[in-house]
Order: sequence, then structure tokens, then C-alpha cells
Amino acid sequence: MSGEHRIGVFVCECGGNIGDVVDVPRVVEAVKGLEGVVYARRERYLCSKPSIARIREAIRRRGLNRVVLACCTPKMHRETFRTNIEEEGLNPQFLEIVNIREQCSWVHGDDPEGATQKALDLIRGAVERTKWSVALEAGEMEVTPAVLVIGGGVAGITASLRLAEYGLKVYLVEREPSIGGHMIKYPKVFPTLDCSQCILTPKMASVSQNRNIELLTYAEVRGITGVPGDFHVRVFLKPRGVNVEECIGCGTCSRVCPVETVDDYNEGLGKRKAAYIPFPQAVPSAYTIDFEACTRCGRCVEACPRGAIDLEDRGKEVELKVGAIILATGFQLYDMTRLPQYGYGKYPNVITSLQMERILDVTGPTGSRLIVPATGREVRSVAFILCAGSRDTEVGVPYCSRVCCLYAMKEAELLRDRGVEVWIHYIDIRAPGRRYEEFYRAAQEKGVHFVKGKVTEIIPEGDRALVRGEDMMLNAIIENPVDLVVLCPPIVTGEETLRLAEMLKVPVDEDQFVLERHPKLDPVATKRDGVFACGMVIGPKDIQSTTAEAEAAAMKAVNFLSRARRVEPNKAFLIDEDLCDGCGRCVEICPEGAITLEGGKAVINEVVCSGCGACIPECPREALDQHGLSEEQLKAQIRGILEGSEAEIKILAFLEETVVYTAADLAGLARLSYPSSIRILPLPSMSRLKMSHLLYAFAHGADGIMMLEAPEKEGPYGRAHVISEERAEEYQYEIEDHDVDGFRLWYSKVFVPDWRKLEKIFRTYDTLIRDEGPLDQEVREALLEELGEGPS
Amino acid sequence: MSTLLAGRVIRISERNGRFSERVKALSGEEIDLCFQCGGCSSACPMTSQMDLLPSKVMRLVQLGEEAVLKSRTPWICSTCFNCAARCPRGIDIANVMEALRQMLLRSKFDHLKLETVGREELREIPPIALISSLRKFTS
Repeated sequence: MSGEHRIGVFVCECGGNIGDVVDVPRVVEAVKGLEGVVYARRERYLCSKPSIARIREAIRRRGLNRVVLACCTPKMHRETFRTNIEEEGLNPQFLEIVNIREQCSWVHGDDPEGATQKALDLIRGAVERTKWSVALEAGEMEVTPAVLVIGGGVAGITASLRLAEYGLKVYLVEREPSIGGHMIKYPKVFPTLDCSQCILTPKMASVSQNRNIELLTYAEVRGITGVPGDFHVRVFLKPRGVNVEECIGCGTCSRVCPVETVDDYNEGLGKRKAAYIPFPQAVPSAYTIDFEACTRCGRCVEACPRGAIDLEDRGKEVELKVGAIILATGFQLYDMTRLPQYGYGKYPNVITSLQMERILDVTGPTGSRLIVPATGREVRSVAFILCAGSRDTEVGVPYCSRVCCLYAMKEAELLRDRGVEVWIHYIDIRAPGRRYEEFYRAAQEKGVHFVKGKVTEIIPEGDRALVRGEDMMLNAIIENPVDLVVLCPPIVTGEETLRLAEMLKVPVDEDQFVLERHPKLDPVATKRDGVFACGMVIGPKDIQSTTAEAEAAAMKAVNFLSRARRVEPNKAFLIDEDLCDGCGRCVEICPEGAITLEGGKAVINEVVCSGCGACIPECPREALDQHGLSEEQLKAQIRGILEGSEAEIKILAFLEETVVYTAADLAGLARLSYPSSIRILPLPSMSRLKMSHLLYAFAHGADGIMMLEAPEKEGPYGRAHVISEERAEEYQYEIEDHDVDGFRLWYSKVFVPDWRKLEKIFRTYDTLIRDEGPLDQEVREALLEELGEGPS
Repeated sequence: MSTLLAGRVIRISERNGRFSERVKALSGEEIDLCFQCGGCSSACPMTSQMDLLPSKVMRLVQLGEEAVLKSRTPWICSTCFNCAARCPRGIDIANVMEALRQMLLRSKFDHLKLETVGREELREIPPIALISSLRKFTS
């Protein structure tokens, strides 16, 4: 291979940042003796304009075809260097950056000799690796200028309108017969007490009139395939029995329908017909036949003046093509029958807050009369139980549901306006946010009684319910018989949302809310490219925050679809079709689902492949490899770092390149100090490592190997990190078969906030290996022979 | 407010910390997790007999206030575990009550003074009840 390589190496002193510790002139001299290196020089500040000009000049004048830069972390100036060498006609693959500041001078300040030796070893690794690099071009992919919005509540409506306004095609999918979500069920909204329907129905009408929005109500998403930028979505339009285009909403069908069933729009309070419209302002303004209740008597079919009803409707499936997806499926309430102490479902005068909303609505099940729905008894006193399941690590949910304090006060105020005595039992009143403290005060002004103390017992007492709770201010128990108890249940993610999240490969957190890409800095993007989320699906929140998130998610989608997607070239590939016997193990292991079998051969979708490398060790026939990180490149770098090193103890530390590498940089920045035996080699994920790589490293001089992985949720490659943990465990046993003790392989997970731990981990492992001594030379030679390389 | 606490100044010293730690060690409960929601008192069937509600006992233990040992509450507690079942922070409050009883018993305190029990009563009370009353579910 040598001969054709003209490698130039530039070693930066970074003022004194590197030069005060690493003997740069000595490194440069040693580098000049490496095979393939035709030019080497030191630079005071490699990132300065004159230095960059010198690199460019050397490429031109000396015909360099590979450039190795030893300087600070590649996260600092990689883009600058890459652009400059690209402008000189070199493919970016021919640039290697060696980190001798954060990983060398800054962490080995007390060991200049070790730091110098290590700098040289790391440079040698890069020089060896670059000999095996091949030119690669980044691909481009056209995106589909359409967005799927799942969920037609206030979040989905807001996002859809914004996207349509921008000019994108929007498919808005809603499972209910009408859009409007939960918000349309509220008579008033806090803190302004404006009429919810008055502010939401104009937006709903805009959705139905907007030419860019295709509304699919009474529908569910059945499957999602394809890749970010080009998703293929199967949507099932549930059998509705009514042709939405033909229906004029006259209501004749409902009037003649003889079947009554539970009214789910009214939260199970009251009845509706099997031919129904959930509420008068529904969008689309069309009726629906509830086939679960319908007896197929046919009266509606005869009565319909438009002939719009078809009782044989089986529903149908449509396929949509979109570039991005917004998940806006909202929330549901915790099932309160699971907390029997409150008697919900058992005592007629215990209801949920959503049921209270419906009772307070003029179009609600009681015609806005304040009665206990089940008994018809007039309501003169109401007690609200806050945290009825929220903030509970034992039963219910551990988190705060955030909106309950405010909506309870809202419902309380509406009840006070009608002369009802209202008690709110709370643990803490949480009313932070604009106009919220004022809202709390207004509730007090209206005479709402606030009692600090969690109620955990409801006892029936005649027609009433006895609320028994402590008044924490008093060291006394308050027993209060009221006409109606309103529970404020936890806000939780619905089953259907969880099913969708799985389908979308979007992870949820321990509370089952969709995990943000970054909880602070990227709050409406999910971990998956092209999939965004807004509203309650990412956690309990009020309508203001929900609409703000919806606007943000829409703009993120616009941004995502605004240009062709760059497809990085670092993908796994099948070396030779003939090698593949179609066993399907790679298909099984791929965390992204990027591999399929076609005609008995593995086919890797280059757009979906994240380049984690998990499939490569999985292949029993060694038929897979990776662009930009080929077997040859990886082995050459391992060999380069280890072989020829004069260090007494050599520990090869493979670091996950996004999270753990950043942690190592932070350790450098803080000038933590760890032994110079640690030599870092970044990899996309530890799942890229084969057993043979470890043996190769031991054979060529490693005394210990570390695999430092990012925790699953932090890293960009999802499940690849789980795979690596399982493999590392196996490897620890397997190396013993080659007479290498299991302790010579270390595996642990490090995440960025934990970066201080790295120092300890490195020190501990160095001490362990130092105590046990270098790997036996005979073992090394046996390994070399086994690997077919013979003693060197 | 209970006479036990009326007008009392709780002056914090190192002693308070030690008392808290002792109750924690004896009960094995994470007492600091209590955020004073009052759910235990709401669920407790014996509150009418108590001078301090269970939540207040928890608060005093958090503060390390030894006056809590003078309270009747640990002796009224029937160990029905309703409080533990309702606690949203997973604290077994009945265990804390037991720890307080243990501390008193170890200081040779008898909840029931036998000499105050009349002959008539002694004849009527089953011996097991006497022993329970002396030791209160405590070994």
C-alpha cells in the first residue's frame, strides 16, 4: 500500500497548551521516520489562518494525499480543517485528527515523558489508519414535502394550520369522529376564563376549509415504514357508516335511531344514539354510526335525505407519503378505579374532573344543571381532591400532573358563581406561570375553601360523601360531608400513543411520556429524525405551552423538509453478495431496522443505517463492513497505536464517540489527571467491536482494553448500546479461552454529566492492570499465530 | 394545637440530628421523604384518640424534636398499616411508631403503670391484654 501514500503530519503546540507538556519537536522528528510520511512540521497555532494556509500549500506543493493533524479535540475545528482540505481537492476521508490536547497534554501535565510517548503513539495510529482510507461522498435524498399530524386536539390543530400556512401538504389524522380533542369539552379555560369552544371552533373550521389540510377523522395509523424524509404511512379509516362528503348534518338519522348507548363524549355521563354527532360544532359536520351499538335496523338508511348512510361500511385503508411526522396525541386520565380508597365507580357522587367539566357545560349531559348525574340529587357542596394519584411513588404516578391545581380552581370558581360551597384539598398549590398566581387569588376572593392536606379516604354518608382529611395547618382532622367529590386524576399517556411511539421507534421515558431529543435544548424533537411531538404527549402542560410547542414542532418540521437531506457516507455495507447466505442475523440485530433480506441477501438501506456498526460483528460469515471505518482502518489504527510504543503499560480505551468522547474532552478541559497508559480510540458504538478486534489488540501490545459506552438514552444509536453490553459480557468469558484474563477487558457506561468519574475509572483500571503486570509475551505470540500473523 | 407543642420553641442542635438518625436506623424508614401531605392522618382510624396526628409525629421526627416521645400517639397507633398503604412516598409510618415505642421501652419506660391498675380491673383484664399494653406489639 505504501508508496502511493504521501502523508503530511502537522503537530500543534497550541501556544503552550500542548507544547509545555508534549515535546513537540521530538514528536515531529519521530513522525518523519514513519512509513508513508513525506512531510511533518510543528505549528504554534494550527487553527490560525497562516497555519491553515501552510497546510493548503503543503497539499499543493508537496502533493500530499493524506493529512494528519495532531491538535485539540476534533469537536473544535474539524469543520474548518475539512472545508479547507476539501477546497484543495482532497476527499474529507483523507483527513485524520489526533487529539493530543484534551487527551494528552491537559490530562498528563505531571508526566511529560508519558504524554510525549502517547502523542506519538496516537499519531502513529492515525498515520496507519489513513493509509486504508478511501474517498467517500455524502449522499443526498429528496424529501417529501408533506407532514402527517397525528391527533386533532388543540396541539394538532395548531401545528396543522401553521404547516398549511407555510404551504406544506398536511394530513391530520384523528381517531374520534371530530377534531377538537379534550379542549373542546371544557366550558371555560384558565386563567382567562374565556369560552373554550368560542376560541377553538374558529380554528377547527379553518382546518376543514384549508386546501392544504386533508382531514382524516375516525381514523387510526396502522403502520409506518420508510425513512425520515420519506415515510410511508398506512391509515385505516374506521367504518363510519356515513359518507362524510354527502352528510349535511341534518340529524334525521339520529332522531329515528332507536338505540341508545353510553355517551363517551360526555365522559360516560348520559346516553346518546347509535347514530350520533359528538357535539353540534363538530368538524367535519357529519354524523357517525356507532357499529358497536347499532342493531342494523335500517331506519336511518331509509330516513336519510341524502342517501349518505351505508351500514355495510367496512372501513378502508389509505396510504400516505410524508416527509415528517408530528405526534400530538395528547393524554388520558388515569383509571381511578385502580385507587379504591376514593370509591370511584362505586359511590355515585364521586366523579372525575373531566366529568365535572361536562356537567358545567351548557350542552353537557345534565343540561348544565348542577346535579349528581347518577342520582339526580342537587349539588350544594363540592370537594376537589388534588393529587388523587399524582406525586405518588407507590400507587398512581410519581410526577406532578401540573394542570390540576389550576383547572380545579377554574371549576371551583364556576361553581362558586352558582352559589355552591367548594373545598379544595391540596398538598401544595402549584400556580407558577403568567396570570396564575392572580387566578389563585381570584379563587380565594370568590370564597373557595382551601385545605392543605391530602385526602386518602372517602366514606359514604347517606346521600353524601364524607371527605376525611387532615388540615395540615391545625394538627386536626376535617370531616366534611359533601354532595359531590371531584377527583383530579393523574394525566397519563394513552395505550394508543404508546403503540404509535413503538411504531415510530420513538422512545418514551420512565413516566411513559415521549422522550425529547434534549429536554432543554431540543424539546419538541424526538430521538428520531423527522419525528416531532407537541403537547401533553411530551408531558402534562397547559394550553399555552401546548400551542407554543405546536408552533415550534411545525417550524421544526418545516425546517426539516426545507432542503434535501445529507446522507453521511459512514454506512455498513455488504462486502460481497456471494458471502451472504441470508441467515438474517444482521436483520435481527439492527437497532434501526435498516436491513432487510431481498432474494436471500442482506440489503442495507443507506438512509436508515445510522452507522453504529452493530451488524458487523453479528455476521457469522464476516460479509459486512463499514464505510469510513473499515476493518482495515480499524485494525491499522489499533496496531499503529500499540505496536512500537515504548510505554510500559498500554491500555486501549474504545470510547463511544458522541457522549463518552465529550465526557473525556470535559475531563481534559478541567485538567483532571489520569495515567498516560490510557490510549483513546473513538467508535460510533461499542457494538462495532468484534471479538477478533480485541484479540488483535492484545496480540499487538494491549495490556488492557476498555469499552466505554454511552447509556442508552443519551447516545444517538439507541439499542446499539444494549447490544454492546451483552457482547462485552460474552467477550469477557471468551478472551479467557485465549489465556487472557477476563479483567483485561473493562466495560462501563459513562454519560456526560458523569465526566468527573472518567478520571477515577481510568485510574482504577490503570492500577489494576499495573498490579497484574503486562500481558504475558507468550500469550501475545500465541495470539499472533492464531490470527495468522506469526511473531512479528 | 396539642398542648405538647403549644408555645414551644424548637431550638435545633446536633442532638436533633442524632435523634432523627436514631429513629431512621431503628425504623429503617426514609423519614426525610415525607413531604407533609397528611394522607396518613386522613387514613388513620385512631386520630380521635391522638394528641399528635401521624403526620405531625413524622414532622417532629424529621426535625429531631425529642418531645415527640412524650406523645400518646405511638401508643394509640394500632399498627393497622392504613397510613403505610396510603403514603405516596412509600414510608411505613407504623414502623416509625414502633421505633419510637422501642426507644421509650429501652429507656425502661412503661406505658402502663401496673400500680395504677386496681384489683377489680386486674381481675377482669385478660393477662395477654396487660402484656400487650405494657409492650405494645414490641418484643
